[in-house]
Amino acid sequence: MIEFENVAYSYGGAELFSQVSLTLAAGSFHFLTGPSGAGKTTLLKLCYGALQATAGNVHLFGDDAASMDRDAVALSRRRIGVVHQDCQFLDHLSVTDNIALPLTVSGRDAEAVGNLDDLIGWVGLRGQAAQLPPQLSGGERQRAALARAVIMSPDVIVADEPTGNVDWEMSQRLLTLLIELNRMGKTVIIATHDMNLIRTAKSQVSTRVLRLKDRRLMQAGVEL
Amino acid sequence: MKIDLGRLFDLIAGDPQADRAVPPTGFTARLTLFTAGSMAFLAVFAMALSLATGRLADRWSAELARTSTLRISAPADQANAQLRAAITVLETTPGVAAARPLTKDEQRALLAPWFGPDLPIEDLPIPQLIEIIEEGDGYDPTGLRARLQAEVPGAVLDDHSRWREPLVAAANRLRALGWIAIILIAGSTGAMITLAAQAALAANAQVIRVMRLVGARDIYIAGAFVRRFTLRALMGAAIGTLAGMFAIWLLPSTDVAGGFLTGLGFQGLNWLWPLTIPPLAATVAFAATRAAALRTLKEQS
Repeated sequence: MIEFENVAYSYGGAELFSQVSLTLAAGSFHFLTGPSGAGKTTLLKLCYGALQATAGNVHLFGDDAASMDRDAVALSRRRIGVVHQDCQFLDHLSVTDNIALPLTVSGRDAEAVGNLDDLIGWVGLRGQAAQLPPQLSGGERQRAALARAVIMSPDVIVADEPTGNVDWEMSQRLLTLLIELNRMGKTVIIATHDMNLIRTAKSQVSTRVLRLKDRRLMQAGVEL
Repeated sequence: MKIDLGRLFDLIAGDPQADRAVPPTGFTARLTLFTAGSMAFLAVFAMALSLATGRLADRWSAELARTSTLRISAPADQANAQLRAAITVLETTPGVAAARPLTKDEQRALLAPWFGPDLPIEDLPIPQLIEIIEEGDGYDPTGLRARLQAEVPGAVLDDHSRWREPLVAAANRLRALGWIAIILIAGSTGAMITLAAQAALAANAQVIRVMRLVGARDIYIAGAFVRRFTLRALMGAAIGTLAGMFAIWLLPSTDVAGGFLTGLGFQGLNWLWPLTIPPLAATVAFAATRAAALRTLKEQS
């Protein structure tokens, strides 16, 4: 699905990380951890083409990300659902319209997709469907962001600190949703500081825990 | 920039979902509407000026080019003889359809603007004027002058060219200035709408970020802005054009007041010309906004 080969990323002349090699295989479940500022969000952005590696190769669904034009990146994003810590909604649209936005921009009629209502129910937002995003609580926003991320039935789900602004109960609920998606065959990668979340997930699903530290990506203390 | 008409019609037909993704921005909407309206209003006047001066140039060319004047200044005892000799020469000159001495009343009317209507013209040594009407390719002025010099020593031929040419040149220059004004107005409209579109794009950076996050292509994001600005420009220009046409219609007619400025209007089918301004403004807005949006999106990527 997504492959990194000796990837490095520098910003303003400072190297954030380098020699990162990683394969996100179909149906895999990854956690990405590391101290603040280690480059977790940057690495996730490389996963969905929002940034370009300064060295090495990133392959998105077999295509070299460096040679993809903006249209190709946009099309690849329709296969990658992204959940941000700050959610990023269009505040003037209702929750339903925000969740349906990926369908709208890809030219698919939201009404023709029967599972929109089911999806809103799946994330427990039926009562909030007509509300505007600023009217939602932190947990509701995260669930709406997750629904938007999966509406296109993407191959990969990238979540950046999805439980950063929610309580324990809500974080468990979000994790359950992500595990359900993984069991449907979706590839999941989650950046988080929450070790309890990782422990809970490991008890339910096969996961790989990656750690960005000292400009290198490691797994179980071994550099990748 | 090459305008794809199919894309333009698709754009006007619109995608309500895409339109809703971009929140309405009051300031840029009002700016675009006002700019398009006022520029269209000015364009109507520039167009009226161009068409009026065009008509003037054509009329002066046509009227003055087909007539000449022969002036006979002779002592009173030779005046009639020289008049008859001149008429004979003119009647036998190829290219002259008719030659007619102006009556005393006609000569008095010509002098009336300077001396009033009661000038005792019969008592004054005023030269006799002969109006010459040309036919075909006209006469040879050099040959005619040579014959007149030999046979009518008091005759001076005025073929109007020294009056006509600067007047026609001035009218043609005014017409060109009118069209240049229209081009400048179109350019200014494009520039103002580009600025308004850039302001709207900057104000909607978060919207663009979200749309990109969910897989929107640049052309889709740009389309939402382009459609909005094109329709605003079309509406503003339509209002400005109608207001301009109404103002032109209110100008005094030539019959009432006379003079060049009162002829500054549209005649007959020329009233249809201003109707081209709104679609032209929409096309300018389409091109300007599309270029600005795609450039901004490229810079933001």
